[in-house]
Amino acid sequence: MTWVRIVTWRLAFTVPLLLAVTFGMFALAKASPFDPVRQYLGERAMITSPEVMAGIRANWGLDKPLLEQYATWLGNLLSGDLGESRSLRLPVAQVIGERLGWTLLVVGCALVVMLVAGPVVGTLAAWRRDSWLDRLVTGAAYTNEAAPVFWVGLLAIWVFSVTLGWLPAGGLTDAASTTVTLPDLLRHMVLPVAVLAFSQSSWLLLFVRESVIGVLREDFVTGARARGLRGRTVLLRHALRSALLPFITIMGARVPELVTGAILVEAVFSWPGVAGTTIKAALSVDFPLLAALTLLATLAVVAGNLLADLAYTVADPRVRVLGVG
Amino acid sequence: MTIAQDNTGAARRPVRRLRLALGTLAVLVLAVVLVPLIVQLDQQLVDLRTASLPPSPGHPFGTDEVGRDVLLRSVYGLRVSILVGLVAALASVMIGGLVGLAAGAAGGTADRLLMRMVDGFNALPHLLFGIFIVALFAPSAVAVVVSVAVTHWTTAARIVRSEVLSLRGRPFVDAAISGGSGRLRVIRRHFLPNLAPHLLLATVLMIPHAIWHETALSFLGLGLPPHLASLGNMINDGQRSLLAGDWWPSLFPGLFILLPTLAVSALAQHLRDRTNPRWRSEPVL
Repeated sequence: MTWVRIVTWRLAFTVPLLLAVTFGMFALAKASPFDPVRQYLGERAMITSPEVMAGIRANWGLDKPLLEQYATWLGNLLSGDLGESRSLRLPVAQVIGERLGWTLLVVGCALVVMLVAGPVVGTLAAWRRDSWLDRLVTGAAYTNEAAPVFWVGLLAIWVFSVTLGWLPAGGLTDAASTTVTLPDLLRHMVLPVAVLAFSQSSWLLLFVRESVIGVLREDFVTGARARGLRGRTVLLRHALRSALLPFITIMGARVPELVTGAILVEAVFSWPGVAGTTIKAALSVDFPLLAALTLLATLAVVAGNLLADLAYTVADPRVRVLGVG
Repeated sequence: MTIAQDNTGAARRPVRRLRLALGTLAVLVLAVVLVPLIVQLDQQLVDLRTASLPPSPGHPFGTDEVGRDVLLRSVYGLRVSILVGLVAALASVMIGGLVGLAAGAAGGTADRLLMRMVDGFNALPHLLFGIFIVALFAPSAVAVVVSVAVTHWTTAARIVRSEVLSLRGRPFVDAAISGGSGRLRVIRRHFLPNLAPHLLLATVLMIPHAIWHETALSFLGLGLPPHLASLGNMINDGQRSLLAGDWWPSLFPGLFILLPTLAVSALAQHLRDRTNPRWRSEPVL
């Protein structure tokens, strides 16, 4: 079974990777010039006695050698304890638990939108190659690729919230409301989802376009045409199938970009997800929270690659049957 | 077929695009070099009498909420961004070049280990890792450069390694080795001159990306010090004006990121089209 081998191989690579990443984080934290205890106390650091500070330090295990701290953290992690966020004064697991859903909601919706819109528009552009539509679409895609997503987000806020007043500028619900209602949530979701999907779909669109153009030149497409099949049938049943294959792998490799996009979009729209929380954790040098979130993002990337590999085995009969990639 | 196409619009378009890209880059670079010589920018200056003025002949890009000229600050911001981007790109290509050279030249287990490391670094979300580094070492230009270099050397490493691998099989390398050249001499005399164009291209392509990272980190408040005119800081400052309906303090600095990035990618595409005969014969873009 090919997929068993793929999963085993990926896992064998993942464990050392996660160990290296987490250890790297600890080494960086150790080298940091910030004193986490002073950071935690803030202004109170001026009036706190050195004994109390030493007590906090011992309590957090910061006086121990690096390897011992790391081993303790790793042990706690394996038993499900992610530590306590120093800036939010809540268990890290609780912080992540409360916010992960919101991030997954936005990222998931954006993924669906881009996976539908990207290939459709890209195929259209390839089919009508060099037409005004093609030039408009590729021009927009290249511009979008060069534009920073946070800037696009701000422009969207300016157009749709400030000028037109159609949609709220940010947050999860209206400031006045105390509960999350579905219509309100949907209204607040439109802009973040649209901006994330828009910013992530330009590479996909360009990729599909080039891939379809390449495939349309292949012999089997010419063969299908020669057999008298309709242009649409050739495009959808013959060309598109083989053009979309490589994009599955690339999709998996783009998860880091998706994480990056989520961080920036959540920051622009004050969306209460885990990605935006990363910035709060970073600004307040909240190591336990930051470490857990970095680990989470790395896991997402690894999972994305694994899923892409598996999807590839399903989609490509050569890999599925013969086990060649 | 290509000859017949040469006079059509589709064949002329790439040339026009190249000229446009080169022109944009030239104007921006000239502005960044010359303007600071002519007009000094007081980074701390605040003039509330001229606050939030829309674009006008006196202030072509308008003024921000504390009365600073957006055009002048954008030029200074682009200068900082290009400088940070250039240094970060050079640093990451240097690290990547060394790793790629080592992996390609050594081969065997060392190669496999190094390439696994490259895979590992690629699995990190770059911005997040940058945030992590900058957060733990007070936000500054140096921290931004380090965070970009540490996360972006992998592309250069891959390019250099595959290039070295293909060079190793070439007859002139065999000839040099059988002529008694040592490892270092082969690297210096035969590998480096052949790698130079690739390294140059990798650096040029990396600069916009490095600029993007600098602006993203600054935008999040984790980059350059907030009073300093930098494109990311300006877009961040402009957020408040934007909610009041003033679009110019955020829009123009963003254009200063967008234009050079577009120009560089058009340039890279032109190079790709020129070097790949398949694309050259059938201009796709």
